[in-house]
Amino acid sequence: MKEVLKDLNKAFENKVRLGIMSALVVNDHMDFNALKELLDVTDGNLASHLKSLEKVEFINVTKEFIERKPNTKYMATKQGKTAFVKHIKAIEQLLG
Amino acid sequence: MTKEKYIEDLRDIKSIMDRSSRFISLSGMSGVIAGVFALGAAYFAYQTVYEGQDYFSYRKAMIDDQTIITLLSIAVGTLLLSFSAGIYFTQQRAKKHNQKLWDSQARRLLINLLIPLIAGGTLCLILLFKGFVGLVAPLTLLFYGLALVNASKYTLSEIRSLGLLEIALGLIGCQLIGYGLILWAIGFGVLHIIYGIYMHVKYGS
Repeated sequence: MKEVLKDLNKAFENKVRLGIMSALVVNDHMDFNALKELLDVTDGNLASHLKSLEKVEFINVTKEFIERKPNTKYMATKQGKTAFVKHIKAIEQLLG
Repeated sequence: MTKEKYIEDLRDIKSIMDRSSRFISLSGMSGVIAGVFALGAAYFAYQTVYEGQDYFSYRKAMIDDQTIITLLSIAVGTLLLSFSAGIYFTQQRAKKHNQKLWDSQARRLLINLLIPLIAGGTLCLILLFKGFVGLVAPLTLLFYGLALVNASKYTLSEIRSLGLLEIALGLIGCQLIGYGLILWAIGFGVLHIIYGIYMHVKYGS
């Protein structure tokens, strides 16, 4: 039981962060607005959760310009994906 | 930290994964309309190929250059009509559910659909002009089926089984060349109508 709990990741306790990771695991990359629309959250809320996932290096951020407008792309890192899969496996085990 | 929270989490994860990676606006109605157009096209093609022959006696498919051009026009016309109807009904559905018609999911769906479709279409044109007319109808079914299976990863999961059925019909048609047109009518007409109605009922308009 203790083993299982260890795999549950604090970073994914929050619904928005869990949502961001779910989307980034199945998509190579997504931009800010697509994530915002998908998760139906405010700019500030999404930005702060993205920051915290970036801080633990679960996601990567690249900024580029499309027709002179800034476009921020987010993608899951390898360790982000691993942690996410572990988290889901732990949940499944808890639920039996 | 309760069980319910985790069950809800898993449900959310699945829903977000589906919504962000699959094109789900696809309208069942467009399938029904495409099926009706295909049945009409099969009827016209039948008239063209077996024109002026007694219904109950031995029939021979009459194919000359003029017939090929007529058949091609029927094919292109049906394709354009079905495609426009598909876009129209899907757009209506997307609007109603506040979804975007053209996004990265739609783009991925279309690209993966078009690769086998264009390859198959090109092959059919080549065969048509080399005189292998009988293989064209079953091969369009076969390649359409492959295209659907390939694209099904990016849209509603029912598309996969529709694709498998089209592949089966296409292979049967390659063996039983004489039934090519009737199998084509079943694959593009009847199956589209059945799947369209099923998806319309399951996912709503």
